Amino acid sequence: MNAENRNWVAVGALDDIPRQGARVVKTLAGCIAVFRTADDEVYALDDRCPHKGGPLSQGIVHGASVTCPLHNWVFDLATGLARGADEGSVAVTAAKVEGGQVLLAADDLARAARP
Amino acid sequence: MTKPKLVIVGNGMAPGRMLEFLFDNSPDTFDVTIFNAEPRVNYNRLMLSPVLSGEKCYDDIITHGNDWYAQHNVTLHKGAKVSMIDRAAKTVTSENGLTAAYDKLVVATGSNPFIIPLPGKELDGVLTYRDLEDVEKMLDAAQRGGRAVVIGGGLLGLEAAAGLKMQGMDVTLLHLMPTLMERQLDPAAGHLLAEEFKRRGIDVLLKANSHEILDDGTGRVGAVRLDDGTKITANIVVMAVGIRPATTLAQATGLEVNRGIVVGDDMRTSDPDIFALGECVEHRGTCYGLVAPLYDMAEVLADNLAGGHSAYTGSITATKLKVTGVDLYSAGDFAEGDDREEIVLRDAAAGVYKRLVLKEDRIVGAVLYGETADGPWFFDLLKKRADVSEMRDTLIFGQAYQGGAPLDPTAAVAALPDDAEICGCNGVCKGKITKTITEKGLTSLDGVRAHTKASASCGTCTGLVEQLMQLTLGDAYNPAAVQPMCGCTQLGHDDVRRLIKSKGLKTIPDVMQQLEWSSSGGCAKCRPALNYYLVSDWPDEYADDYQSRFINERAHANIQKDGTYSVVPRMWGGMTSSTELRAIADVVDKFEIPAVKVTGGQRIDMLGIRKEDLPAVWADLGKAGFVSGHAYAKGLRTVKTCVGTNWCRFGTQDSTGLGVRIEKFMWGSWTPAKVKMAVSGCPRNCAEATCKDVGVVCVDGGFEIHFAGAAGLDIKGTEVLGLVKTEDEALEHIVAVVQMYREQGHYLERIYKWARRIGYDEVRRQIVDDAGRRAAYFDRFVFSQKFAQVDPWSERVSGKDKHEFNPLAIVSAEAAE
Repeated sequence: MNAENRNWVAVGALDDIPRQGARVVKTLAGCIAVFRTADDEVYALDDRCPHKGGPLSQGIVHGASVTCPLHNWVFDLATGLARGADEGSVAVTAAKVEGGQVLLAADDLARAARP
Repeated sequence: MTKPKLVIVGNGMAPGRMLEFLFDNSPDTFDVTIFNAEPRVNYNRLMLSPVLSGEKCYDDIITHGNDWYAQHNVTLHKGAKVSMIDRAAKTVTSENGLTAAYDKLVVATGSNPFIIPLPGKELDGVLTYRDLEDVEKMLDAAQRGGRAVVIGGGLLGLEAAAGLKMQGMDVTLLHLMPTLMERQLDPAAGHLLAEEFKRRGIDVLLKANSHEILDDGTGRVGAVRLDDGTKITANIVVMAVGIRPATTLAQATGLEVNRGIVVGDDMRTSDPDIFALGECVEHRGTCYGLVAPLYDMAEVLADNLAGGHSAYTGSITATKLKVTGVDLYSAGDFAEGDDREEIVLRDAAAGVYKRLVLKEDRIVGAVLYGETADGPWFFDLLKKRADVSEMRDTLIFGQAYQGGAPLDPTAAVAALPDDAEICGCNGVCKGKITKTITEKGLTSLDGVRAHTKASASCGTCTGLVEQLMQLTLGDAYNPAAVQPMCGCTQLGHDDVRRLIKSKGLKTIPDVMQQLEWSSSGGCAKCRPALNYYLVSDWPDEYADDYQSRFINERAHANIQKDGTYSVVPRMWGGMTSSTELRAIADVVDKFEIPAVKVTGGQRIDMLGIRKEDLPAVWADLGKAGFVSGHAYAKGLRTVKTCVGTNWCRFGTQDSTGLGVRIEKFMWGSWTPAKVKMAVSGCPRNCAEATCKDVGVVCVDGGFEIHFAGAAGLDIKGTEVLGLVKTEDEALEHIVAVVQMYREQGHYLERIYKWARRIGYDEVRRQIVDDAGRRAAYFDRFVFSQKFAQVDPWSERVSGKDKHEFNPLAIVSAEAAE
């Protein structure tokens, strides 16, 4: 689908997420972690580490990466791919900011909602 | 019988070293009195440059603290400049009216910086570079910014220029000669050095003859004018053009003086009861300004004072430049001559230049730039006048290339003879180091430094010393090579902590910028460490960065494998009551908490709580009087106790009361890693205090304080810190040792690892033996507690960090379609 034509769902204000932090968006299927970097980029990943299910939203955000709080796996926020020696990935939900509001792509959320 | 009186005029490095030799080899020979014109104890003058550049502080460079003088019964008069020696009456008198009689007198007045007789030399802002006052004045000027003009392109001038640049000033370096350090370097190396300084943003003007220093109109320095008319604006002018032996006192006393105070090979002046050493003397026509010869003299003089017959026959000197990032070594004589040959190696890409000057198959001079590891080896060959014809073809490549295949560095050190000099600053040879390691059972670099002084001054031979330790100890030595903190920096924890203090860095982005972090936002390893260091170092100024804390310290509960949390309220000293237990039971029922467990630290853990329930759980616990137990924190956890004299028939003290008191005093403090304590009421030790980070075992006579135990990954019994009589003293000692650890520990390094790293005796020395330091640590802890002792749970019940506990949004199926 052309990104321009996607439907977007507003989930809250950018300022509700701390810089270098994350908040959780609950969906029927599970939680999405929405990250805000130091330079106000926004990313969204499934809130579940592929290693042992750790909540990535609780990790430390550095650059465009997050470190899982349970066993320190590091994920690239843009691609969802594990960094370093670890292998694995988490699903990415497209995210953007418009007018101070954080928007998530509806079709990605729907996919998350229908596992 | 009274001991003969030894009086020393001057308290610099040479007499300091001389006394060490004297006390080591002939203790109790003399009653020693020192007159020091400077108002302080003895420090390492070689290390002024790192102080100027901010890489070290004054405390780091003290060689003999107050306790050293006390321990050796030395009377030290600080700020007492000797104005008169009465050779007939055998007394000395200071300007402030102190008089002391001597049987033997040592004159060690050192040297004075040479002031170029330029018009304007007396203006405010014209400085020299000689002692700590000078450094303080330069640092003070650097704070205000502007331009510094440094006159003199020798060792001191270069170090001053580099240091001032690092402190943020614009710097112009003026040198009269066509190349820098022309007395130690040949023109090629001098050129490389000038290029390096220019790369650092320092303006280097060669063949620059200063003409006058101009007034800015207020009696302060405004500019420097050169002979060719060039005018350079200047906020300060540093003259670093050399030193002159300080001989005024000796001259007034009628001792024989040429350029310096004339001494014979036995270090005696023209008066048989008066000796001299250091930079003030002239020996066989030579005056020395480097430290190694002074130490040679010190050893000879110490022996002669004790009745020996040693002779000093002069020194060949080697020089190292102490500017971080510039490796430069030179030794001997490298002038060209018909009877001399030279071997030169250049590697422009690597910035390496090496030159050896040979005469009759022997090395007479060596200049190394960019790569100096072989310096001591060349210097050794030079001093021994070793015939190098056999290895001439490969000599320049260094020791590793002699005798076939390249050797590893340890093998190169192994090949050095026992009398090869390892530490040039302190004149320590290989044999002395290996022998001391074996005899004293040393396993740490700090231990070797403490016992031999090797690598304890400028530190550039640290690598060699470590290789020697490796060699001597084999696998038992775990090289303390500086481990970078994480992949974002080359710096180790110690360097980062020191630079945070010395550069006054007060935010994480500031640290990353100033210390040249290689990543944009750090990583999950360095960010929590930096956050801790800043919290610990600037308790009143630093704004804690929650996003740099591990989730447990952000959520104030322990994350569990399923993403739920556990909650442990504080039970002071492990004491509780029916009301508290009832409140816990009610909370467990209300929030359907699936598991409740008694912890090893004498309190109760509630496991499996949903994150969004945490504030409500805390609200209910708070109503019953509970505060956070910090069971999740790199901070003070529990103080375990036994019932002591309250109930126990064996109890010797109120161990419960002391435990509660310690916990109430120290809760809320952040530490490098968790801190668990215990207080046992008698040596039966029911609270298991002897495997804790800090423990107390009460005895009839008082309180035995323990530290550095472990009962986790490692099992280790505690070390005894000391025995004190009262509860107040016990609290002061405990707080002080924890504060020392807070200031020095590496993040995530438990007390037992920190103490092993720095040495148990060092901890005892600072905490038990030095009441002043102990009080200072205590006061700094108390100050930091003003900002730390806030219950994080009640804050969050009141709404702080609400976002942490609630979802941002709940998206229904319809919205997502």
